[in-house]
Order: sequence, then structure tokens, then C-alpha cells
Amino acid sequence: MVPLWAYLFLSAFLFAVGVVGVATRRNALVIFMSIELMLNAVNLSFVAFARFLHSLDGQVFVFFVMTVAAAEVAVGLAIIIAIFRNAETVNVDEVHLLKG
Amino acid sequence: MEWVLFLIFALVAAGAGVGMVLQRSPIYSALCLILALFAQAGLYVLLGAELIAFVHIFVYAGAIMVLFLFVIMLLDLRPEDRSPVRSNPVGVSVGLILAGLLLAELALGVGPHIALGPRGAYDFETVRAVGNTQAVGRILFREYLIPFELTSVILLAAMVGAMVLAKRKLE
Amino acid sequence: MDFLFATILKIALVMGLVLLAVAYLTWLERKVIADIQVRYGPSRVGRFGLLQPIADGIKLMFKEDIVPANADRLIFLLAPVISIIPALIVFAVIPFGPSFVITDVNVGLLYVFAVTSLGVYGIVLAGWGSNSKYALLGGLRSSAQMVSYELSLGLSVIGVVMMAGSLSLVDIVEAQKGSWYGILPRWNVIPQFLGFVIFLVSSTAELNRAPFDLPEAETELVAGFHTEYSSMKFAMFFMAEYANMIGASAMATTLFLGGWQGPLLPPVIWFLLKVFCFLFLFVWLRATVPRFRYDQLMGFGWKVLLPLALVNLMLTAAALLIVS
Repeated sequence: MVPLWAYLFLSAFLFAVGVVGVATRRNALVIFMSIELMLNAVNLSFVAFARFLHSLDGQVFVFFVMTVAAAEVAVGLAIIIAIFRNAETVNVDEVHLLKG
Repeated sequence: MEWVLFLIFALVAAGAGVGMVLQRSPIYSALCLILALFAQAGLYVLLGAELIAFVHIFVYAGAIMVLFLFVIMLLDLRPEDRSPVRSNPVGVSVGLILAGLLLAELALGVGPHIALGPRGAYDFETVRAVGNTQAVGRILFREYLIPFELTSVILLAAMVGAMVLAKRKLE
Repeated sequence: MDFLFATILKIALVMGLVLLAVAYLTWLERKVIADIQVRYGPSRVGRFGLLQPIADGIKLMFKEDIVPANADRLIFLLAPVISIIPALIVFAVIPFGPSFVITDVNVGLLYVFAVTSLGVYGIVLAGWGSNSKYALLGGLRSSAQMVSYELSLGLSVIGVVMMAGSLSLVDIVEAQKGSWYGILPRWNVIPQFLGFVIFLVSSTAELNRAPFDLPEAETELVAGFHTEYSSMKFAMFFMAEYANMIGASAMATTLFLGGWQGPLLPPVIWFLLKVFCFLFLFVWLRATVPRFRYDQLMGFGWKVLLPLALVNLMLTAAALLIVS
């Protein structure tokens, strides 16, 4: 039986990788993917806790997180496309004007 | 056996996650993330959450990452010239410090000594007997009915928002 | 140990059958289309051209394997593999007979949908990796098309799931046992006729078959996503397409036509017979219907199929409530 801390450690590691991604990458799409990775790292903890606490609430929560993530991706990608149309770039450092 | 599978999935997920951050080409980043998501679905199955595992693949790999690839192809994003990590020393150090803090906190604070609260009614065998899908469905539609209905509002708002944003001009 | 052995035997049998069927499906398609167009079709290799698929296979294996100069090598090599694997592993949960299923998973239907939704990666990556504008256009089109039609495909089967009360394909087939008034079989195609039609149309679109074959529209995109492919890599795309076709037919049979249920004949024969009917229908469609325009395709998926699928869902739910 794999203990809970193993799952939690993996989850924390993935979350940390996501944080590094957001802090280091300048490509808006890759930043976005890093955020997805962080969301999924949290999901992993939820499912692991659900398993070890003998409760299914964690799994239901993961379900909701996925829905919100899907909505977020749809809007986020639309924003990235809109920015690209105005600024011809997806580098977040070059997008610093408030007017289009 | 379980440890072997766990280690395989965990290493693939961790490796692919790191790969995603290090890749210069956005399309390879996306592929790495897809691999990580798959490994995670494997972990969900190990944890006895089959429904979540397949919904996860269906939603993330089947829809969300296809959208990412679509946008990458649409904008024709070619690889960056410089290694993303080397060109941004401040960001890297901040990120690594944050990550280190998080890991240290987990190792010191909870780590192997984690104390779990009271157990619920759904242990592994009960869920196996009822069926994972049926058990989750029952909770979702009884205890979490209102949040579940609210997610549909979020999805509708996102749909309208995405269309308004992606349209070239509002007439 | 016995269990392992039996499972491996089943997998080998099913995979062998599917690959053989893929080979002869190409023969069937050429023969049927030739017949419809008043030609002979393959007739030189063996009697009725029956050895044609084998000759084609040997030819493809010995062709020169070309990788375009500026292609992304890794992605270019990976794409055909990614497209054929999902096409084959779908058969793991499909019940061919009362006890002839490789594995009965609690979330079988979801497994099928999760796996088939990965097929799009093969096409998208082929389009990107080839570094050719035709391939890229084919890849872009197919990603938009497959994501759009997956919605109505997914919604069309929810009625079936509601009637069976389970996601397991074995349970879904079992729920279609018996008959109404002694004559009408209890197949889902009767109460779920709307769902059945939507499923059939959207799966044709998911398969990139005519009239939805825009990703490889030969009259405008040369060959779409597989323009740059040759030799065995091309053959793998080809096999994936036909294996997907068999998979979709088997799913339609399982979900709407009662799977292996039927009188007199042995169950496996019934199953194969129904699958064959669907395969024939797909071939027939290709010979008959002209290709959609791109805006028509998107409009049809979002403005016709999706609302219809929602209506079907509502009607089914209301009917089930009244009955219970």
C-alpha cells in the first residue's frame, strides 16, 4: 500500500514545478499550461485524501475543479488570441500597453 | 506491485512536468503536459477513482489540450531562441525559492507524520461494491446538487465570454 | 495464471481479427464503391481480387520511407503511432458475446470516449510535424471538427446510459434483452432513434469519413494531414482510419442495436453481422454524399446536432420520469 505522504509529496512537487513555470516562462501559453499543472497537482491531493479519509467528497471536488479549469481555458485562450491579434506576440513582457 | 506502478506513474508525471517548463518549443511543452496528465490518470486509477481518471483524460487530454495545440498551431508559435530558464535568472531563483519553501513546508509540517481526521463512510471496499461511478453520482446529485447546478452557470458564462473575446469586432 | 493466459489469448484473438478485418475492409470498400460506380474494382490479384489487401500491404512495406527535410522528426515519427494505438485499444471493453469481452470495466463507455478522443492528436501532430501548409491546414481543420462533433457524440449516448443505468458496456447490452409485445426487439434504437441518428452522424464526422472528410479533402488539400507521409507510416494512418471505423460500428451496435442479442444465430455471429451492416453503411455514404463545406460543417455540428442532442436528452429524461 502506497502511503498518503508519497502522493502528497508528488503533488507538492508538481505544484512547485508549476510555480517555477509561471515564474520563469514568458510565453503566455506555457504560463497557462503551468497553471493547469498546478490545478492538477491539487486535484491529485484531493483524490489521495479522498482515498485515505474514506470519503468521496474529494472526488466530487475534483470534478468541480475540472469544470472550472475547462471554463478558464476557454476564456484564457480567447484572451490570448485577442492579445495576439493586437500585439502580434504572446510574450507577456512585451504586452505592457493598456490600450490596444 | 502497487509501489512499482506508483513509482512509474510518479516519475513520468514529475519528469514530464519538469520537461514542460524546460522545453523551448511550446508544442513540446504541450506534449509533455499531456504525458504528465496521463500519468496522473494512472495514479487516479491506483487510488480507486476510475470515474475521475477517465473524466480527467476525456476533459484534459481530449478537449483542453487539443484547444492548446489548436491555438499554438493557429498562432504558429515557433521555438524561442534562447533557453527559457537561462534567459530569466531572477524568475528562476524566485521560482526555485518558492518551490523549495513549499517542499520544505510539506516535509517538515506534515510529511510522514500526517494525522488524518475522522474517516467517512466510503472505504475502498464499499465503493468497490457499489461501483465508483454510482457512489460518486449519488453524492454529486444529493449533497452537491446546488454547486453542480452552479457549475453550469460558470460554463455558460465562459462560453459567452470566449465568443465575445474571440470575435474580431463587436457590431 | 489461468486468468492471465485467457486474457492474453483473448487480446491476441481480438487484435488478429481486427487487423484482418481492417485489411479486408479496404477490399470491401473498393469493391462496393466500384460496384456503385459500375466498375469492376480490384480483380487481378487472386479470385475477385481477394489477395489485393495482402499485395497492398507488401507494397507499402517496401516503399521508400521519406521524412521531409524541415519536418519535426520526433513529432513526425510519433504521429502515426499515436493515431493507431487509440484505434486498437478501444476493443478492450467491447462485448463480442455473452462472455466474450476482454475486460468489463465499470466505466466502459467513458473509457471508449476518453480513448477515441485521443485519436485527434495523431492527426494534429501529423499536420504540425510535416512542416507543410496542406498538412497544417488539414490538422487545424480536424482539431476543430473533432472537438466540435465530440460534444454531440457524447450527448447522444447519455440517453442510452440513462436507460441502462450503467456505464459498463456489458450492462448496456444486458439492458436491451427481450422484446416489446413479443415482436419488437428491446433495442435502444427504437426509443432512442434521435440519439441513434445523432450518434451515427457525429461518429462519421469523428472518423473523418465522407461527407466529413475535410481534414484530407483531396480536391483542395492534396491529402490533408498525411500529405507528406509514405510507406509504413502512411499505412499506419490508413489502418487507424479503418480500425476506427470498425470501432465506431461496434460501438453503435453495442449501444443501439442490442450488441450480440438476437434469435437463432449464435451471439458472436449476430454481433459481427450488425457491425458489418454499419461498415457497409459507411462505405455507401462515401460513394453517395458529396463533401460539406467548412462553414456548413461547423454550422451543422453546433446549430443542428447539438441542440437536437439536448432535446433528445430532455425527452428521454421526461419519459423515464413518467414511466417510473
